[in-house]
Formats: sequence, C-alpha cells, structure tokens
Amino acid sequence: MTTSTQSNTPSATRSQLGTYLGLAAVLLGMVIFFGSLSEYFFSAATFLAIANEIPALLVMSVGMTFVLIIAGIDLSVGSVLAFSAAAAANAILQWHWGSLPAALLGLIVGLACGAFTGWVSVAWRLPSFIVSLGMLEAVRGGAYVLTDSRTQYVGDAMAGLAMPWVAGISSAFFIAVVLVFVAQIVLTKTVFGRYVVGIGTNEEAMRLAGINPKPIRVAVFAVTGLLAGLAGLMQSARLEAADPNSGTGIELQVIAAVVIGGTSLMGGRGSVINTLFGVLIIAVLEAGLAQMGVSDPSKRIITGCVIVVAVIIDTLRQKRSSAA
Amino acid sequence: MQPTHPASKPVLTINDVGKTYVTPVLQGVSLNLHPGEVLALTGENGAGKSTLAKIICGLEAASQGTMTLAGHVYSPTSRRNAESFGVRMVMQELSLIPTLTVAENLLLVDIPNRGRWQANWIDRDRMNALATQKLAKVGMQAIQPEALVSQLGIGQQQMVEIARNLQDDTRVLILDEPTAMLTPSETHHLFEQIARLQSQGVAIIYVSHRLEELKAIADTLAVLRDGKLIQVCPVNSVTEDDIIQLMVGHSVSQDLDRPRRPRGNLLLSAKNIGRGNLIKDISLDLYAGEVLGLAGLVGSGRTEVVRLLFGADHNEHGEISVFHNAPGLPLRAKVKKWAEPLAAIAAGIGLITEDRKSQGLLLTQPIRINTTLSDVGAVSKAGWLQRAREIKIVDALIQRLSVRCHSMEQNVGTLSGGNQQKVIVSRWLHRNCDVLLLDEPTRGVDVGARADIYAELEQMAQSGKALLMVSSDLRELMQMADRIGVMSNGKLVRIFERGHWTEKSLLAAAFNDTHQQMTPQAA
Repeated sequence: MTTSTQSNTPSATRSQLGTYLGLAAVLLGMVIFFGSLSEYFFSAATFLAIANEIPALLVMSVGMTFVLIIAGIDLSVGSVLAFSAAAAANAILQWHWGSLPAALLGLIVGLACGAFTGWVSVAWRLPSFIVSLGMLEAVRGGAYVLTDSRTQYVGDAMAGLAMPWVAGISSAFFIAVVLVFVAQIVLTKTVFGRYVVGIGTNEEAMRLAGINPKPIRVAVFAVTGLLAGLAGLMQSARLEAADPNSGTGIELQVIAAVVIGGTSLMGGRGSVINTLFGVLIIAVLEAGLAQMGVSDPSKRIITGCVIVVAVIIDTLRQKRSSAA
Repeated sequence: MQPTHPASKPVLTINDVGKTYVTPVLQGVSLNLHPGEVLALTGENGAGKSTLAKIICGLEAASQGTMTLAGHVYSPTSRRNAESFGVRMVMQELSLIPTLTVAENLLLVDIPNRGRWQANWIDRDRMNALATQKLAKVGMQAIQPEALVSQLGIGQQQMVEIARNLQDDTRVLILDEPTAMLTPSETHHLFEQIARLQSQGVAIIYVSHRLEELKAIADTLAVLRDGKLIQVCPVNSVTEDDIIQLMVGHSVSQDLDRPRRPRGNLLLSAKNIGRGNLIKDISLDLYAGEVLGLAGLVGSGRTEVVRLLFGADHNEHGEISVFHNAPGLPLRAKVKKWAEPLAAIAAGIGLITEDRKSQGLLLTQPIRINTTLSDVGAVSKAGWLQRAREIKIVDALIQRLSVRCHSMEQNVGTLSGGNQQKVIVSRWLHRNCDVLLLDEPTRGVDVGARADIYAELEQMAQSGKALLMVSSDLRELMQMADRIGVMSNGKLVRIFERGHWTEKSLLAAAFNDTHQQMTPQAA
C-alpha cells in the first residue's frame, strides 16, 4: 500500500498536542490543589507575583531549550545574567551612559559570552558541559570585578522593563511570553529550527547531507547568552540594582524547567511552548508551597521530587508513543 | 571426506547445520574437526563463514542440524555456555578493555582475591603470575602483565585475546580473520603460535579469505558458497586457482550479459588520491550515463575511497576535479581535497553511506524531514520553510520510489531497511546531484525494495548521472555496472570493462596479494 500521503495527518502533531494537554492538566491540577489548601492562593496578588517573578527564568529557558535540543548544555547562564547586568550597571554608573545604550551593552555582553562558549566547544570539540562549567566560574568572577563585589544600585534606569504595564503585570512578562512564541515559530517553521533539531538527532548524518553543524551550534549558544543577558537586565530592573550574586544556581532551575517540558537531554526533541509550561509548573509549585508555609528545605525536597517524577512520566509517555 | 586424520576421533562433528533469517544463509553444513587439526574456512563475502563460526561458538543458534562435541550432543545456548565446553572464538573486533592491564583483561571473570572475605582486595601478585603463565602458553612472555592493553600493538593485543581464550580446557579455537590488522612479522608470529597449539591437540578453525595464509597453515580446507559447503579437502591437494574456482562456482548466468550503457561526458576525475596506509594512489574517472562498480574484499578500502571523493574524510594526496555535464564548459570544481561534504555536494556529488542508521538517517524524525535534508533551500524561502511545497515534493518522491509508509510524517526509524534506503535515495533525487556515490546500497534491503532501487538507479544513469557503486555482491555489480574496478589492500588494482570480466577474474583481482601476475593498472 503505497499511500499517497495526505498532508497534515501527522501523528507527530497529535502527540505534540498530547504533551501540551498533559502539561496543562498538571499545571491546572497544581493550581486547584494549592487553591484548595490555601485560601490566599486564589488571589490576584499571587498570580501577579508569579507573573513578575518568572520572566528572567522564562527567557533563559527559551535559550536552554535550543541548547538541549542540539544535545548540548549551558551551565553558565546564571553567571552571564549577573555579568551582563553588571556591565550595564557599570555603563550607567561609571561611564554615565543612557539606559538604552547601557541595556544594549548588557545584551551584547551576553551574546558574546554565549558565542564564546559555543565557539570554544565547537573549535576544540569539547563537551559544552565542560566549557560552560568553566564559563560559570570565569564569568561570575567577571561580574565581581565589574561590580567591585558590591551590589550596584542603578535606581530606575532600567524601569522600562519592570514597570507595570497591564493590570500590574510588568512589560518583562509580556516580552518573555512573546519570545516563547517567536522561538517556537523559529523552531518549527524555519530552516534554522530544522537544522537545530537535525543536529541534535544525528550530527554526522547532517554533515553528510551537506549541512555544516558548527555555525549553527555557535549560534544556539550565542542566542542563549543573549537571552541570559536579557534576563540580567530584567533582574536589575526589578531589583533596581546589579547584584554580582544574582542568578547563582539558576542554571539548574532553568534546566529543570526545560526538562519538565519534555525536552530531551539527549537532543533532537523539544518544544518551547512546553518549556513555558515547565517554567509555570516550577513557579506555581514554589509560590504554592511558600503560601502553605512549607519551610525552605522541604520546598527543595518537594521540587526535586517533582522534577524527577515529571521526567519519569515523560519517558514512559515517549516509550509508549514510539511503541505504538 | 577428511583424509587428514583418519586415525583420531573427531572432537567436533557438525551435522547438517543450517541457519535461516529471512532467507537461508547457511544450509546443510556437515563437517568433522579432529584434535590438532587446522581447518581453514573460506568463501566470498556473505558466503556464511561468520554465521557458521558464530553457531559453533554459541553466539547464534542453528535453525537446523546438530553438533557433537567429543561424543556428546553439543548445542550451546550462549557464548559463555560454549566456553564452558571448551569452545572459544577470537572475534574480528577485539573485546579487550583498553584501560585495564593485560593481567586484568586475561583474568577478568576470575580475578584472584585475598583478604578475610575473599572478595575485597585484588591479589595483584597472584593475578600477574597467572597472567604470565597464560601468556607463556602462547609464547608471549615478552608482554608485561602490568602493561595497559592500550599500550600494546594490535598484533600483541590479538595474542592477548588468544591467550585469554586459551584456557586449559580449550578444545576448539575459532580465529575469525585474525590477520586482518597484523603486520607480516606479527602474522608470522601468530602462525608459530597456531602450530604450537596444534601440537598441543587444540583443534583450530581458521576463518579467512587470504588464500596464501590458508595454504601456509591449514591442514584441511572447507569452502562455503551461498551458505552451502562446497568442498572439504586437504589443503595441499588444491591450487589457489582451484580455491577461487570453488568459491565462485561455475554458474555465471546469462542474464548478466547486457549491452554497455553509452558513455557521456567526463563528470568526475580523481587523480592519485590517497590517505595514510589505507588508500594508496587511486585514480578513477566517472562518466555521465555510466555505472562504475567498485568491488573488493571487506577492508580493501572501498568505503574509504568514496568517503574521500565526497569529502567525508580528507585525502592527503591527489586531486579531485568535477566537470559540468556539457562539453566546452569550464571546470565545475578542482580541489586538492574537499573542505567539507558541503563543498562536494555543492559541486553536484551525493553519497549514500554504508551505514544508513548512524550516518544517513535522522531515525526519530519523519520521512518528510529526512527526504528534503539534502536541499532544504529548495523547500524554503528566505529561511522560512514552505510546508506545502515540501509536502508536494516529498509526496512525489514517495510515489516514485514506492516507499511503503502510513504517511510522510511516519518516523524513518519505524520503516523497514528497504524503505529506509529508498528514503535516502529519494533524498539525493531531491538534490538532483550529477554524481552519486553508493556504498553497499542494497545491504539489508529485501528483494522487492532492491528491484525498486535498481530501477531507480537505471533511470538515473539514463538521465545522464554518473554512478559509483560499491558492493560486496559481485552479481549485483555484474548486473548493474558498465565497468568494475577492483580494490585490494587499499589499491585500485584493475578496472574491467563490461564483457571482459568473469566472476572468477574479479575475485582473482580482489585476492591480488596472492596473484601478482595480474598487472596492476590505473584507470
């Protein structure tokens, strides 16, 4: 039966939809669960707090989704966040730059850090785990140098990103959400996105099909650095300061969010929309547990368990769908 | 049938053994093996040598027939089980752990312990002493038991592997192409040790297609062809020519005689390309409308040649030129070597790799994505994928090659081998390259899909493409090719024109090391 293939009957799309629904159900379940346990959970204040807290995490997770799809990893995003914020603060405080050029500088610094990570790992064929581990330390050191190891107050120079925009929600949130959809379109509708998925699936096959994987790898890391830089600006806008310690350990939260969203650490599979769900699940979990008055250690234990369980469920689901 | 050891009782008797996967690969093989006998098992690529060896050493179960070992019924359930009966095999790929010492490798399953609970501390002195004993048994006292395996040469590693397999109770030792990676002096040493084992009463099955070696060390010769045992005889009763004749058989079917395709313009010319010791000084020309076959034994360098022509590996010498398919037009490309496959593809070359799963396909991605991969530019505009266009193109290619699938969104990994190969062929049709290099294009492809692929290749040749086809299946080459180049030991020893070859002459050229009277001849 040589089937003439009607367009758009893809089982892939159906399973993609299944993942959206699955993650949305988990999220809804968590909201209802926390809502029923804490009378304060269902309040505008709660959701506002979540919305204004997640943009930095979300934009970094968008970049990390691409990195994981090409079977890489970037541990340096938290340090790049602090370094970019420090660079922007330095420009404002030391060199008396305007907000916009300073912000631009922050983004360029992030881009350069990411591109450097990507280039080193491609040029010397090193695992990105190692290179970005080195960057995690080195760039954090750079942030201390730029800030003189002190929190630098920038006041309202970056306020444009933190200002309430609609119903008290900051513009950063809207920027992050728009980025999620743009990234998803890039991943699924562009040649670049196809190459990214292909390289994560089988790099040698891509090379032998005439695609040079190196520039694409570097580009993915560069974009991730850029987005970490943006996250840095969002943080310093919210805190009105560049803290050299900000973003410490956030890389693990970012990776957790992406993995909860079903992106494979082995590469070749992932979705930015699902990453959005992953970020929301982590944020709701944190907010809900905090409202219930769960202590910080218990919060971490529970979050850790949720991450592993989410990945187990995803693995089982993948097995079932590939068996079918 | 086996006059060599009329007196002694056979240690291993093989009775009507066969193996069937989809089609039978081994049929009705019966053999006797005596203590102290060296039996050479030979035949063409795919004749069933390895299958038979694997059945004997317990890696594969026979589909029919029985075996007897020293008078008892012998049907090993696993390699471990076979080893417990004293039947061991030294595989072509060594199974040593390079980061451990020689002694640790030799005693891996039974490392001597000491200490109160017999399970805590490795008794290094005893382990090294035992290892030295084992090494002495194969005459390799020179190897330090504390040396890391990775520090040894390939030949020494081979001897360690043999020492590991030579327990006191070894009755049958199978060596699968043991000299494939050895230097002449290492080979010589190996032969000395084989003679020594032989005198200790070990029965040896020596799998090889190096005729010269067989003559040197074997007592008995067993020739397989198409899964059947053709002849068993004392090795000194036959000449090397006889052996080739036995391997080939007599039937050269007439349907292979068809006219040569008309030769078009020169499209690709490689001059004296080489790489290390693997590939020496290859020159060949590919013409529009023509299929050049590339024959040779496994390991003769065929795959390496096509990889150089495609830029998957870099040649160290020589030059590659590509021409437009029209007289008078300037060169399309002339390079010392391709920087990347990308450059070769831009010059109109395509490659279907030998291993489609690891080097060809994105197994977890749909047919659609796998098909257009060679030219995503053709289904996109300014970086944006044009889905409708892509669907139309892929649909047409699926129809053209009769790919059996539910839809073009089906993951390639779930297709049969033949349909996977069709997807790869359609990938290069999508690219519309002028020169297509095919490395074992029908390996693991069922008969039906094979016919579809041949038909497509025929059509490509007719439309003026130049094809270079590497295959271990001589009949396939004799059917498809207009010229057949034969490789041996990294050299292109001869190119036959259609009508001037016989299966025997092709094989003789492939066994070139033993047939120096063939005049080597560059393209």
